[in-house]
Amino acid sequence: MDAAAIIDVLTALVPGAAYEPSPSVDFATLYVAPDRLVETCQALRDAPALGFNVLIEITAADYLPRQPRFEVVYHLLSIPHRSRVRLKVRAGDGDLVPTVQNVWPAAGWPEREVYDMFGIIFAGHPDLRRILTPDDWEGHPARKDYPVQIRKAVQTYEPLEITEEEFKANLERDRVRRPLAK
Amino acid sequence: MAELRTETLTVNMGPQHPSTHGVLRLVLELDGETIRSARTTIGYLHTGIEKTAEQKKWQQVIPLVERMDYLAAQSNSLAYVLGVEKLLGLEMPTRVQDIRVLLAELQRLASHLVWLGTHAMEIGAVSMLFYALRERELLMNINELIAGFRFFPSYFRVGGLREDLPRGFHDAVNAFLARFPGKLDEYEGLLTKNDMFRRRTEGVGVLTQEEAMGWGLVGPIARASGSDYDVRKYFPYLTYATYDFEVATATEGDVFARYRTRIKEMRESWKICTQAIARITPTGVHACNDTRVVPPPKDKVYTEMEALIQHFLIYSQGFTVPAGEVYVPIEGPRGEHGVYLVSDGTNRPWRVKMRPPSFMAIQALPSIIEGGMIADVIAVIGSNDVVMGDCDR
Repeated sequence: MDAAAIIDVLTALVPGAAYEPSPSVDFATLYVAPDRLVETCQALRDAPALGFNVLIEITAADYLPRQPRFEVVYHLLSIPHRSRVRLKVRAGDGDLVPTVQNVWPAAGWPEREVYDMFGIIFAGHPDLRRILTPDDWEGHPARKDYPVQIRKAVQTYEPLEITEEEFKANLERDRVRRPLAK
Repeated sequence: MAELRTETLTVNMGPQHPSTHGVLRLVLELDGETIRSARTTIGYLHTGIEKTAEQKKWQQVIPLVERMDYLAAQSNSLAYVLGVEKLLGLEMPTRVQDIRVLLAELQRLASHLVWLGTHAMEIGAVSMLFYALRERELLMNINELIAGFRFFPSYFRVGGLREDLPRGFHDAVNAFLARFPGKLDEYEGLLTKNDMFRRRTEGVGVLTQEEAMGWGLVGPIARASGSDYDVRKYFPYLTYATYDFEVATATEGDVFARYRTRIKEMRESWKICTQAIARITPTGVHACNDTRVVPPPKDKVYTEMEALIQHFLIYSQGFTVPAGEVYVPIEGPRGEHGVYLVSDGTNRPWRVKMRPPSFMAIQALPSIIEGGMIADVIAVIGSNDVVMGDCDR
């Protein structure tokens, strides 16, 4: 199923939404505006002619310095029609993208990963926390302006250290030194 | 009479628990032995491979992606090289495709053998691990033969294979294939009709087909719930369309159904392997003839100027890949292994993203185990066959 056919079905189901096909070498690719994303996903899943019942993954790419810099990418699979589609949403730094968890429960963790790696915020996500990096991590590693060779002090407790005198005293404390009995 | 206490108990399981297949952490809220709620924490094995890959040349990414799903290394690299080749528009000779099919299926057998051994061991059948690893050792030896590496061969390259098959390859593969069906019968004799094994697995961790699809669990888990989706059949890649094999399915959706699905899958993989090894000639082409990507043969490098320049360019700058994006799925041992690549037209990838089946399987884990018993958690984790390196990347 090519992008034009999918757009034809979608425009009938989601009135007022503008779709923009994108050239690709593998399967249909289309852009959608963030405000019509959830309706579009519902139509993609529920329309019998489309039937995209499996969310394969959600990811993103950072195209800095282009603006808006991010593209959130949804790969969908239709098992009944043996077809795939790639849905893309453009997002700038700080823009909100709606969550699609109500359409596919599988969206929860991939959206958390995109938030963790790129800092894109998914509006309406019930549990938008970091997932792969620790909770106190600074920055979003997959951004293009995030340095590769970053050096960060490891956070540990204070090491146990004693002075040389204390060390020797500790060794000597219980050692009884007396000459062997003749 | 003393009043009965009814509060729930919160128990931490992992990340150092031996049955969590690496470093998965579960926080379970227990009411007696029943699980009221479960929370999962992942990320202990996150190594930033996707970020690192953006700094490497296209060919240098192969050893990196092999270290993601470390039990199915060649399934990662196969998805990756197919993705790059699709962007480049390369067509592989049939012999190369058949060798890739054979190695991908041997990799599936190796991965399923580890799954079988650990899964059975974790629910009490300890000796299974030794039997399964005994057969896997032969597959590791085949890897050593073709690449010198046992775990991460990096034998698949963009443009073909690293080099031609070594002497003795056919003998080693045929010896394994002759031995394997009997051993598989032995495993089944130990487990399939074993009353204790069935009591631990039947009716446990049931997942319906709709739930599996909703959670994105395309692969053996969904096939155990009645789906027949298999990338090899739905979107044939390499030469899979010319092989005679069936898709293993079951309908019950419990742990035992997943066990039967994977056992059946091993038999089907064996069928593919026997057909593939009969087609592959011991010597022949091992790469396509595109000089942009494949280095020229050594005798030409030593005698021809153009070949020397080509060799130098490939090993210093690497090759450039046309700008664009591609998603290529393959059927890995844990389900759909996909790779999403973005190229900006240079000699290094702009974005590399692997679609991790274990990530999705762990996401669905709380919904499977909630309401069940704590002892069944181990059976469910084992039957979902998660690899934390694949999940955390």
